[in-house]
Amino acid sequence: MNFTLKVWRQKNSSSPGGFETYEARNILPDMSFLEMLDVVNEGLLASGQDPIAFDSDCREGICGMCSLVIGGIPHGGQRGTTTCELYMRHFQEGQTITVEPWRAKAFPVVKDLITDRGAFDRIIQAGGFVSVNTGGTPDGNAIPIAKTTADSSMDAAACIGCGACVAVCKNASAMLFVAAKVSHLNLLPQGKIEKDRRVLNMVKQMDAEGFGNCTVTASCEAVCPKEISLSFIAKMNRDYGAAILKGSER
Amino acid sequence: MTLDSKTPSGPLAQKWEKHKFDLKLVNPANKRKFDVIVVGSGLAGASAAASMAELGYKVKCFCFQDSPRRAHSIAAQGGINAAKNYQNDGDSIYRLFYDTIKGGDFRSREANVYRLAEVSVNIIDQCVAQGVPFAREYGGLLANRSFGGAQVSRTFYARGQTGQQLLLGAYQALCRQIGLGAVQMYPRTEMLDVVVIDGHAKGIVVRNLVTGVISSHPADAVVLATGGYSNVFFLSTNAKGCNASAIWRAYKRGAFFANPCYTQIHPTCIPVTGDHQSKLTLMSESLRNDGRVWVPKKKEDCGKPAGSIADADRDYFLERKYPSFGNLAPRDISSRAAKEVCDEGRGVGPGGRGVYLDFADACKRLGEPVIRDRYGNLFDMYEKITGENAYRGPMRIYPALHYTMGGLWVDYDLMGTLPGLFVLGEANFSDHGANRLGASALMQGLADGYFVLPYTIGNYFASAKMAKPSSSNPEFKKAEAEVAAFETKLLAIKGKRTVTSFHRELGRLLWEKCGMARNEAGLKEALKRIPELRDEFWKNVSVTGENGELNQALEYAGRVADFMEFAELLCQDALHRRESCGGHFREEFQTPDGEAKRDDENFAYVAAWEYQGEGKAPVLHKEPLVYEEVHMSTRSYK
Repeated sequence: MNFTLKVWRQKNSSSPGGFETYEARNILPDMSFLEMLDVVNEGLLASGQDPIAFDSDCREGICGMCSLVIGGIPHGGQRGTTTCELYMRHFQEGQTITVEPWRAKAFPVVKDLITDRGAFDRIIQAGGFVSVNTGGTPDGNAIPIAKTTADSSMDAAACIGCGACVAVCKNASAMLFVAAKVSHLNLLPQGKIEKDRRVLNMVKQMDAEGFGNCTVTASCEAVCPKEISLSFIAKMNRDYGAAILKGSER
Repeated sequence: MTLDSKTPSGPLAQKWEKHKFDLKLVNPANKRKFDVIVVGSGLAGASAAASMAELGYKVKCFCFQDSPRRAHSIAAQGGINAAKNYQNDGDSIYRLFYDTIKGGDFRSREANVYRLAEVSVNIIDQCVAQGVPFAREYGGLLANRSFGGAQVSRTFYARGQTGQQLLLGAYQALCRQIGLGAVQMYPRTEMLDVVVIDGHAKGIVVRNLVTGVISSHPADAVVLATGGYSNVFFLSTNAKGCNASAIWRAYKRGAFFANPCYTQIHPTCIPVTGDHQSKLTLMSESLRNDGRVWVPKKKEDCGKPAGSIADADRDYFLERKYPSFGNLAPRDISSRAAKEVCDEGRGVGPGGRGVYLDFADACKRLGEPVIRDRYGNLFDMYEKITGENAYRGPMRIYPALHYTMGGLWVDYDLMGTLPGLFVLGEANFSDHGANRLGASALMQGLADGYFVLPYTIGNYFASAKMAKPSSSNPEFKKAEAEVAAFETKLLAIKGKRTVTSFHRELGRLLWEKCGMARNEAGLKEALKRIPELRDEFWKNVSVTGENGELNQALEYAGRVADFMEFAELLCQDALHRRESCGGHFREEFQTPDGEAKRDDENFAYVAAWEYQGEGKAPVLHKEPLVYEEVHMSTRSYK
């Protein structure tokens, strides 16, 4: 297969960027999108040019490191799929494909297609945990948890922190990411104890990072590679409202 | 120098308890005076960094990814073992210990393995308290599944994403400490050297991967939790970024490297499709609980659709050869059995390098919804990669490099031969012997980080009583200059071949000569070829860009340069070990029916290699493996 790529190139966070055109030749349908970029980069390196910088690590859809807005859609638009698991057999021969970095104020471009998602880490640092130290914990079976509760918590916990939800949102809102972590922990008996301060602190940090507000267009849910449900945003709003009404401390 | 494992005396079951009492303590008010560096933020690194910060130490944690949540522990699928005996099926700490020793083919240190089994129960409690959403039964209690190499159900899991959930638990504990200011986190920062002052590890030199700035970080102790070296084989199930540079550079500064030839090939990976492939994807071994592994009995049938081959014409070779463990035989045994049938010409799929993993019987027995609930995400993953639906036809699988049991040598306190340098998780050698059992890597990473290092590191501080290192010490400047010179040298070559092409060639050579089966002639050939390839690399590699910027080509080149050196040690170790054990299968040493033949008389030791300088042969040190409790028997899964 052959493709024409229009790729965003940007030297660093302070330089302006722009699209460059590259030809991807002799691509096999069994290659992943990132393997296709590897082939293009091998060609660039062989001719002494700077390769296209992009993030990736596990290449099996779980680490959340890969990103890329492909043809205008984060992770390329195949349902429940990260860029590293997107295969070229889903593209058409001769297609022109645009490749851009995540675009959001809170995710500044570092180089080419790489962005800084440190804002997500700082939101977790604000409250995305259960405050227990190592040791002295009760037996794992001491507190039974209903299967449905554990399953629902796991649905939220499946988030890989890639940031596609922010990249697709017209407001660059991080609500799905934050709601997933709040719900994962607030649903469990172990996390309920700090329920209020968790949601208050995480939302406060989310706002401070410059993410936009949620207008419930549900585009986040549509592109989420782990198909995290929008209903977790509703749950977080409820937890947030309850915490405010109770006048809970942060 | 003689290797002292510092294994405590006394009965096996009381060693750890006794040792914990004997360890010297650091007063709570004094802990904040000690700086600890943790390199790596996977299960071992994140759990260690968080636990030490909770105790009051001042911690700096480094990772090369953009966030500590990305470390490759996240990709572990199947589960984590613990001797809880919740299923009332006869499990115990002793049984988990024995299974692990036996699974490791009697090449691990008895006392370490017993401690691992002992603390396994605390790990589950800890993770539950952190909010890890383990699978539950309808009654609300924790669910278990069985796993390779065991006859009890002791594996805890969170769908097919157990590693992810455990890592997020450790990451969240780490984030809490970062938020409290107790840990300083350095993402996108790569360790490039260990700094040794007065014979002790006293800091590291790192490169900021965004700006390219090289800097020093002094500390009272350095903890490496940087994972394994599977990527020396180019194609493995490890993440692209996984590398051996941290442990390799520590080795060159005086830390001994133990048992590098113990590499694990995982039996259930998606087969290779072509040269372009950048990595291999593992399908959790838990699939073998319900899937049946087979190939056609007749070569002629290999090209036919799987469904058209009658049951009588199928060879369920694991069930046939190992009736009591069947499809759950340990990883090394299952992998070699798959290689054998493919070598006989009975493999399936492109190139004939694949065997079927079939769920038709399980779907009939349990119904598709149950299978979907247990393995849904794995089936989805398989479909994404291959374009095939595994509910309709069998999966195709083939073994791939997955885990490395070898690593830096450590004593019972997890300290290497370089005092002040601690090594945790896959980066050390200690607990899995010559072969690791499934669901034990997560257990070891968390055991080391949550429950071993926080105790033992205090003993080092309290007994070593070393002066605080200063970043103005000339050793730091010297190491920084060496790192900078190494990078400049790579950039100055401006050759014709890409780093990837060198890495791929090295990997292919190792896979052929030092992979699933090894022999003297092949290893000697590899040992001749590796230095040639390394010379060519240093003359003809093409690394573009500059030093002072984000430069992925440069990062990669440095890692491959280290692999080029490490590969030689790997083959040397494999050549010297004239026996077959666990993941190390020497074709010259096998029983008439093709099983591994150990030589306990001559090789019941840990091989720890000491660096002697560039171009000089490393010196072998032996730590004899003394078994006080178990009897070394021949492993049989028949």
